[in-house]
Amino acid sequence: MKVSLRWLKEYVDIPWSVAEFAERLTLAGLEVTGVRPVGVPIPPGLRLKSEHPSPVWDEDKVVIAEVLEVRKHPDADRLHLVDLNYGSGTITVVTGATNLKPGDRGQKVVLARVGAVLIDGYSAERVLRPLKPARIRGVLSEGMVCSALELGIAEEHEGILLLDPDAPTGLPLAEYLGDIVLELDVLPSMARCLSMLGVAREVAALSGQQVRYPPTQVLFGPQDAAAQVQVTIADVSLCSRYAALILDSVQVAPSPAWLQLRLLLAGMRPINNLVDITNYVLLEWGQPLHAFDYDKLRDRAHGQTPHLFVRRARLGETLTTLDGQVRTLHPDHLVIADTAGPIALAGVMGGRETEVGPLTQKVLLESANFDAVSIRRTARHFDLPSEASLRFSRGVHPDLVEPAACRAAEWMRQLAQGTVARGLVDVYAARPADQQVSLSLAYIHRTIGYPIPREDILRILRSLEFTVTPSDQDTWLVTVPRHRLDVQHGPADLVEEIVRIYGYHRIPPTLPRDPLPDYQTPRDGHVEDRIRDILVTLGCQEVITYALTRAERERPLVGDGADYVRLLNPIHPDRSVLRRSVLCSVLEIAAQHLRETNRLRLFELGYVYLPRPGEKFPDERRHLALVLTGPRLPEFWDSAAQPPAQDFFDLKGVLEGLLEALHLGEAARGTAWTEWQPTSVSWLHPRRAAALVLRPSTSHGASKTLPPTNSPSAPIVFGYAGQLHPHLNDTYQLGRREVYVAELDLELLLPYLPERFACRAVSPFPPVRQDLAVLVDESTLAEHVRQEIVTAGQPLLREVHLFDVYRGPNIPSGKKSLAWSLTFQADDRTLTDKEVAKLYQKIVGRLEKHLGAQVRAP
Amino acid sequence: MELEQLRQQALAQLEQVHDEAALRSWNSQFLGKNGALTQALKRLAQLPPQDRPAYGQQVNALKEALLAALEHKKAELHQRELARSLAAEALDVTLPGRPVLRGRLHPATQVMRDILAIFAELGFQVYRSREVEDDLTNFELLNMPPHHPARDLWDTFHTTTPGVLLRTHTSPGQIHVMRQYCPRPIRVVLPGMCYRYEQITARSEIQFQQVEGLAIGESISLSDLIGTLSTFAKRFFGGERRIRIRNSYFPFTEPSIEVDVDCILCQGEVPGPSGSSGTAAAASSCTLCKGTGWLEILGAGMVHPVVLRHGGYDPERFQGFAFGMGPQRMAMLKYAIHDIRLFWSNARRFLEQF
Repeated sequence: MKVSLRWLKEYVDIPWSVAEFAERLTLAGLEVTGVRPVGVPIPPGLRLKSEHPSPVWDEDKVVIAEVLEVRKHPDADRLHLVDLNYGSGTITVVTGATNLKPGDRGQKVVLARVGAVLIDGYSAERVLRPLKPARIRGVLSEGMVCSALELGIAEEHEGILLLDPDAPTGLPLAEYLGDIVLELDVLPSMARCLSMLGVAREVAALSGQQVRYPPTQVLFGPQDAAAQVQVTIADVSLCSRYAALILDSVQVAPSPAWLQLRLLLAGMRPINNLVDITNYVLLEWGQPLHAFDYDKLRDRAHGQTPHLFVRRARLGETLTTLDGQVRTLHPDHLVIADTAGPIALAGVMGGRETEVGPLTQKVLLESANFDAVSIRRTARHFDLPSEASLRFSRGVHPDLVEPAACRAAEWMRQLAQGTVARGLVDVYAARPADQQVSLSLAYIHRTIGYPIPREDILRILRSLEFTVTPSDQDTWLVTVPRHRLDVQHGPADLVEEIVRIYGYHRIPPTLPRDPLPDYQTPRDGHVEDRIRDILVTLGCQEVITYALTRAERERPLVGDGADYVRLLNPIHPDRSVLRRSVLCSVLEIAAQHLRETNRLRLFELGYVYLPRPGEKFPDERRHLALVLTGPRLPEFWDSAAQPPAQDFFDLKGVLEGLLEALHLGEAARGTAWTEWQPTSVSWLHPRRAAALVLRPSTSHGASKTLPPTNSPSAPIVFGYAGQLHPHLNDTYQLGRREVYVAELDLELLLPYLPERFACRAVSPFPPVRQDLAVLVDESTLAEHVRQEIVTAGQPLLREVHLFDVYRGPNIPSGKKSLAWSLTFQADDRTLTDKEVAKLYQKIVGRLEKHLGAQVRAP
Repeated sequence: MELEQLRQQALAQLEQVHDEAALRSWNSQFLGKNGALTQALKRLAQLPPQDRPAYGQQVNALKEALLAALEHKKAELHQRELARSLAAEALDVTLPGRPVLRGRLHPATQVMRDILAIFAELGFQVYRSREVEDDLTNFELLNMPPHHPARDLWDTFHTTTPGVLLRTHTSPGQIHVMRQYCPRPIRVVLPGMCYRYEQITARSEIQFQQVEGLAIGESISLSDLIGTLSTFAKRFFGGERRIRIRNSYFPFTEPSIEVDVDCILCQGEVPGPSGSSGTAAAASSCTLCKGTGWLEILGAGMVHPVVLRHGGYDPERFQGFAFGMGPQRMAMLKYAIHDIRLFWSNARRFLEQF
């Protein structure tokens, strides 16, 4: 809503500077988002910028002048010489304006004299330029008559600006027309402020004044309107009121300059006096109006009395709207129709056939109220946002129909010399009941948390035109004024009115003193943070990606035929389903990073969305994905110490580090431990793939929150890790490098997080370290060897550490040597060599027996 | 005197010793088994008995002196050796350090943590709720029946299941929390990802995080809301920050407010009066606040009675406040990030700055 302050002051005084005015309106909910100065500087302290360059009209150099005579230019056919009286003298200027011709006199125009800064009307960039004396075809011109464009009032110009005849000659233009136009962002709840009167009411409430309402009396002519039109509302749910006024003998002409200027500053284009008046009243009252050419209605009725119907369109009906488009209609669309068919899209746009034009003599003025939802849907369907549909779709009180119609009719009578037929043909089918709200002082104070004085509360409500009557001790019955539809939920709505006018800044801040609720954060509430922190300490970079993807992209990772949560209205096919794989998203980022680096170690902890048959909502599961490739460390200047490339065991190291930090890595510590099993999945290198298997500990009661379907001892595969299958490198644009990846379903893992664990005692007795190298078959898994060692070494074997895997000279083919360091320790004594030797032999014996291992000479 | 000659000779030769080898040979020449000093001591037997004690003392004194000189020389050689090896070990300390594995959290995670940590201190616990929602919870129960004009504020991604959509804000979480905890008091923050049907531009994203806050009790008031948000703004943006509250509109709060913080870049300084050079352009142009002096940071309000009722709370007895903010916007303000697309693009040079 663009508000001219000069216009606004007709309805209310503004007792503040423009900056303060803007601040107060903004804080009360009418945010001032833009300013357009008209001929004056931006007021000091107003922290807004004008979008367009606007000239400041110099008091001495831009003045109102009267045309004394227009003469032909001696040397140019298209130019004229204009003699002007500008109050304190006369001047002759050259002009090419098409709306001044020889013989003209008496017009009021704007004279700019040398030095005045104006918009250069001949430059496309709308630059500001000081006016210089010019010799035009031999005639010296020390000034010019200005167009609206040059003055910064309009975006285009058709000739020079002609002011109204009563404009005082010699008056500085800034004094006559200078203005500040503020752009207001009107909230949906404040739709009543999509009008000058609405804004004036706010100003009045904020400054403790009364609004000066414009007159709404009409001087009626002798004829009755009722005999000249019939109105039927066929669908009362979509049209609560329809009123028509008839004006005869109108003279269609351009509107007076003041009216045109107001429309221009409000962002509307002047058309002719009839249309301009409907728009003027729309801006003043917020009530959209429409003018039909009555004679065309009569023609359509074959000379009979026109009969208007407000009804739903019939399927397939068409209407050519004012913009020349042929609209095919549907019963969802509300139309104004006569006996021959639709003549207007109700509340959205008029029809071309019944449009008023230069030849119109008789007008039917429509003032009506249409259903907000219907108008909104129709305007959206046809992509026809208009000033009228904007207001109807936000809600207009039907009581405004009458004053707005009368105001417009009287203007038409005065400005288009029309005769108004007596009476409003008014069908008020559904008048909304007056809203009454019971409001108590205690409620207000409790909600606001600060005792706003009773006098302030009453003053504020009354200044907003609420009627307040006491009903009990500190309780009032409040009646909502008839221009408002937004008070629907009782006292809460009124508290907002009170506090926004009182001022939020006057409410002293406090912190809640209510008792704090119990601690209810779920057990794994902070585990995501822990996982992220652990991975960061392990050198991984976190990424966060789009949850929306394209199913085909994920197919190699999730397989064919996977079901998806699909969007009905995706913005792009690449973002059309909710993902099932976090890894796929991270691979996308990896490919992008690999364009500028060769090493990365990325992770994302995010959701996947798995549709569940027969259920409305998908299973939203937290997954963790990791992608590693390239050198272990960034490049270093010491070329002898270049780090090796990351491989499977870097990936495994990270995951082991994570699982151990979560106390899920090792057996016999927590509620579960993790095993790595060779596996084969389609998206991993067939010989470099592992399934991560969680083995819930049988000895340890798992936490109570475990899903009942998981029996405590069943192993759970919660993820896969390995080298991305090389045939997928191209799919994911990863080049020819080994890329190591993992994806874990954290929902399977997290229930096993031990709530606590018992810390192992630290033995004060010295540990004994022994190395053990064994030859085993190539096919024997290291983990099997480790498990045998651990089992045999109980209970004094404290650590088992593989420090070498060797194949080569001295090792028979088909065999490998695994070298372990074993640490023995007791809690209660120093171990003797004999004890250790005995245990060592026990371990060796078990390895020989179970795995056919051979001990290598130490 | 022979011994005196020997002393002078030994010390003179020691002067010439410059390394360990020479020192060893000096040692054996003078102090060794067959060294000069041993020879001198052997002469003791040839002396008259009465002279022997004095001679013996002199030889011993000489030995002490030579040993002391030797130790001194050793120390000197050691010092020199150390100095030489230190010189040889010279490093260019301006060379870059050896890289270590360095991981980083995504800036969105960091900012989210900053926000949640502040609210944790104010007693707000974290509550999570689903991202795929239904129309009922995302709109209707939040006081937006079908065709409510306020729905226009949220352009929605719908799924192919009728009535199921991607949540456009974290506010449906309010309903879930209320229904779970009613009639107990509530003080929670609801972080999470939200989705809107928008063009992806420098200013708007289809996916973004939000943090919703909800406090419900018997006397949670508007002044509590103002105090909570003002505390938050100061903690997040710095202690000198001022907040400004504007009346606003959200269907699920009444009254509704929007909170601005004074510009963290230009400190909300009011520019000087514009020049009167014939143009009306404003003088100041802070790139962050566009000269307005204020940055919009969040929306809030008192929970609408209709929403309270939908959550199971009796608005006659309970009241509460709710607020919602965008961590991406907060991060953009705090770290002068000019393009919201940087977050989910995960551009390496963006991530590595955090």
